[in-house]
Amino acid sequence: MRLLGAAAAFALAFTSLPALAQGAKPNDAEIAHIAYTAGVIDIKAAKLALQKSKNKEVRDFAQNMVHDHTAVNDQALALVKKLKVTPEDNDTSKALVKQADAERAKLEKLSGAKFDKAYADNEVAYHKAVDNALETVLIPNATNPELKDLLKTGLKIFQGHEMHAEQVAASLK
Amino acid sequence: MQVGIGALALFVAAAFVSPAIAGETIHVTIQNLKFAPVNISAHVGDTIEWTNKDIVEHSATALNKEFDVVMPANGVGRVTLARPGKIDYFCRFHPFMKGEIVVAP
Repeated sequence: MRLLGAAAAFALAFTSLPALAQGAKPNDAEIAHIAYTAGVIDIKAAKLALQKSKNKEVRDFAQNMVHDHTAVNDQALALVKKLKVTPEDNDTSKALVKQADAERAKLEKLSGAKFDKAYADNEVAYHKAVDNALETVLIPNATNPELKDLLKTGLKIFQGHEMHAEQVAASLK
Repeated sequence: MQVGIGALALFVAAAFVSPAIAGETIHVTIQNLKFAPVNISAHVGDTIEWTNKDIVEHSATALNKEFDVVMPANGVGRVTLARPGKIDYFCRFHPFMKGEIVVAP
């Protein structure tokens, strides 16, 4: 129940993005920071799963999260360098990191099948929330066409992760 | 002598068959975590060439373990089909990505 709450809080951080962004729409430097931060969060969660889980499907999924999010973030770094944009920390990024830290602390206390289930469920919720944020806030507000394209590419990849996470979560039931 | 003619006949036959053995190359694009086309019809001796246009790594892994090719981002992978039959394959990094090859003799 507490874990479900944590997953919901994660989703809330992202679904509340429009609210956060209403006053001032995020600029490209903030968007880049939010997208990059979202990737780093998922890599950290995956590394925790690789430390703790013995389930093959969970480990394969986690390994892929490290691979793919690293690949996307590397592209993002190359792009901001090329565009001479310095990613700007912002309230949305800060809220994401804070919630992710809290979630990881909860996951760290679990082990075995309980950990696997909580991690997989959270990955489903997290990717849903990130995909929603990309679709409704980050992509529409991005002004640089190359940044917009990379976000769209990221969205396709993360939608795939969402499906994969659902497969893994279903296999644990 | 008879054996010689037989061998020659075999050689000629092989020469006629050889274009099929050399096979053609069938191109499959991987983009946005999808194989396109998903379904392929091929012949023994044909080569499947996957071009990965994504920025993440993919594989083409046969369920029957006949092949397991890894394509880095923007990379290419190839497999030459050795036997007839239906091969289901997937990407082992993204198991929801699926494809099918029907190999005719």
